[in-house]
Amino acid sequence: MSLTDLLDVRSGENAHLVLRRATVLDPVANINAIHDVVIREGTIAALASPGEADTDGAEVVEAEGLHAFPAFFDPHVHLRTPGQEHKEDVETGTRAAAAGGYCGIIAMANTSPPVSTAADVAALREQARAGASVPVGFLATVSKGMKGEELTEMVELREAGALGFSDDGLPIVDAGLMRRALQYQHLCGGNIALHEEDPALSRDGVMHEGPVSAVLGLAGIPSVSESTMVARDAGLAGYERARIHVQHLSAAESVGVVRAAKAAGVQISAEASPHHLCLTDEAVRGLDPHRAKMNPPLREERDRQALVEGLRDGTIECIATDHAPHQPEEKDVPFEQAAMGVTGLETAFAALHTELVLPGVIDLGLLVERMGGGAGPFDLERPSLAPGSEANVVLCDLGAEWTVGEDGYESRSANSWCAGQTLTGRVLMTVAAGQVAFRLRSFSLGVAS
Amino acid sequence: MKHLLSIEQLSREEIEGILDRAESFAEVGRRDIKKVPTLRGRTVVSLFYESSTRTSSSFDLAAKRLSADVVSVKAAGSSVEKGESLKDTVATLSAYDPAAIVIRHPYAGAAQMVAGWTTAAVVNAGDGKHEHPSQALLDVYTLRRKLGSLEGIRIWIVGDVLHSRVARSNLIAFTRMGAEVTVCGPPTLIPRGIEELGCEVSYNLDGVEEADVVYALRMQKERMSESFVPSLREYAASFQIDSRRLEPRQLLMHPGPVNRGVELSGEAIDSPQSLITEQVAAGLVVRMAILYELLAGAEGAPSGEGEGSRPTPIGTSA
Repeated sequence: MSLTDLLDVRSGENAHLVLRRATVLDPVANINAIHDVVIREGTIAALASPGEADTDGAEVVEAEGLHAFPAFFDPHVHLRTPGQEHKEDVETGTRAAAAGGYCGIIAMANTSPPVSTAADVAALREQARAGASVPVGFLATVSKGMKGEELTEMVELREAGALGFSDDGLPIVDAGLMRRALQYQHLCGGNIALHEEDPALSRDGVMHEGPVSAVLGLAGIPSVSESTMVARDAGLAGYERARIHVQHLSAAESVGVVRAAKAAGVQISAEASPHHLCLTDEAVRGLDPHRAKMNPPLREERDRQALVEGLRDGTIECIATDHAPHQPEEKDVPFEQAAMGVTGLETAFAALHTELVLPGVIDLGLLVERMGGGAGPFDLERPSLAPGSEANVVLCDLGAEWTVGEDGYESRSANSWCAGQTLTGRVLMTVAAGQVAFRLRSFSLGVAS
Repeated sequence: MKHLLSIEQLSREEIEGILDRAESFAEVGRRDIKKVPTLRGRTVVSLFYESSTRTSSSFDLAAKRLSADVVSVKAAGSSVEKGESLKDTVATLSAYDPAAIVIRHPYAGAAQMVAGWTTAAVVNAGDGKHEHPSQALLDVYTLRRKLGSLEGIRIWIVGDVLHSRVARSNLIAFTRMGAEVTVCGPPTLIPRGIEELGCEVSYNLDGVEEADVVYALRMQKERMSESFVPSLREYAASFQIDSRRLEPRQLLMHPGPVNRGVELSGEAIDSPQSLITEQVAAGLVVRMAILYELLAGAEGAPSGEGEGSRPTPIGTSA
């Protein structure tokens, strides 16, 4: 199903654009050439020969030397509403998404209170229709109030429009409850996204357990606190012939478990976040709570390598930011006391382009493919540039260098894991669900002339 | 040196420099008037978020021996109990324009953060389970006085290494001074990956007879409830340093406070091999030296002040 069939967005004017002489790359539709991208009535009308499109009153964007990709899809965002709007809300979070080149996101349900009833879902969808810059889907919690005790009314939640289910932020500790949710999935449908962590092993840990935590004297979160839970849930999903999506993989062992489960025919998908793909626990040495504290924690180089390998071989089908906004007072405290999480929507593509594509670790096509891979696990059609598709396009300048945070953020929060870093590759414009969702200010000024 | 935040930041030469300075203060301590005017008119704030006897009293006394004005703030009974953040507390205390803030905090990196929020010199008096640099300096000082040098000395650090900032700072300091360090304790209390700091690891006391120095750590009773060890009895049976395990030529150290009969037997504590009271005495002069280095040393000296690098007893013309 197309994004807007299941997701909600503020309706506005359909885009009428020609991206002239853009380098068009859509690895799934097998497009890699210079075209005039013609967007009419919010649809990709044609990929014309360069310089030959009939502009027909459309706004013309001179895109020579710029890249047009299918816009990205993020299956893991914390919009913080209801309850923590001082960190983020639907409007600011989707503006951040648009600025990062996303045409769709999925919001997590660990709000205050958590999204556990049909009324909660309906209220959020209403907000999205009123103020979302890009389409948003909402997950509901698996357990009532995320307490891990009883299932939510999953059928009713699905009927109210919940895209799927997750207790993200917390694991589902009770294996029996997990099994019931998987059984019930055969009735209600919808994927179940899992934050995998065994709290008996992670305890009061604040970073990855290893040499760096030993040196810093910080309580460690061992890799096995994640991988053993992934193994448990892959086993349950296989047994119940149900479907799970494993969130923010961080440990090499977990990648191995997912790979083996896939080979055994388990319906399991997995995501990795830009910070886990770019950083290791070495980043914690400075004890900076702003950029290096999150759950799951940054792990070792061998783990990072395993994530990259998982991305390459398809064990990990998508990149998810786990965009987790926090206010300064929650981060301007010693590392152990600081809130877990970093923002990521506005920097994901540029960071991965800088850290993985430019050094030749992965190629651009793979990055673009994985940046859109989060739609599939939630039964959504992935964004495409094939003519006839709904226009979901991101226009990037791959040579542009910029410093993260120097112009502020669209997000309400500033806890970016790469704040202050100079990245190469910048989103100039995003078209989401047929509407122009974002233009970089300096770029649109250039276009106006 | 602007701040003392960790042992990690100090080179061997810098450590030697502080200890040499401490030696000169030891000489001052043998005089009738034990005070020098070095920090007259300057303010030292000591901000303790955790209970402490030795560290807080010796920093306070060290500052007073240097003629500084001392403000001691304990978290208990202060606005911290009303929910004031560390950042705001530091801003408040910084309004008094202190020359130094000595901070003890239950979380790693606190002193480092404070250094970013104030113009005062910051001394880490213990941050979580991370570092306790002044303890490591006084322990190196104590050993240096006893042995002359730590070069090639074999030191065993025994006990709850996992939860000990003393273990981490001392391990770094001892190895930096040329000693060979083994950390020893039950596997549940040895952090995974500690070898990175350049030590050997032993899960039992076999081989401790090779050590020149045995440094025992405090075993906290609450560790039992978390199943780090099954019982104090079993811990003591496996790891207690007693007169049977301690060779006559070995030196015994402990950062205090000691759990008598747990990590150390009573007779070991009271034996002539024990340096525990020397450690406490060293604490005072080493902390004087730390404050001196930061506030009156070559880099930290306020311009125009006519003091040389040598401490001058009060009452004599400089």
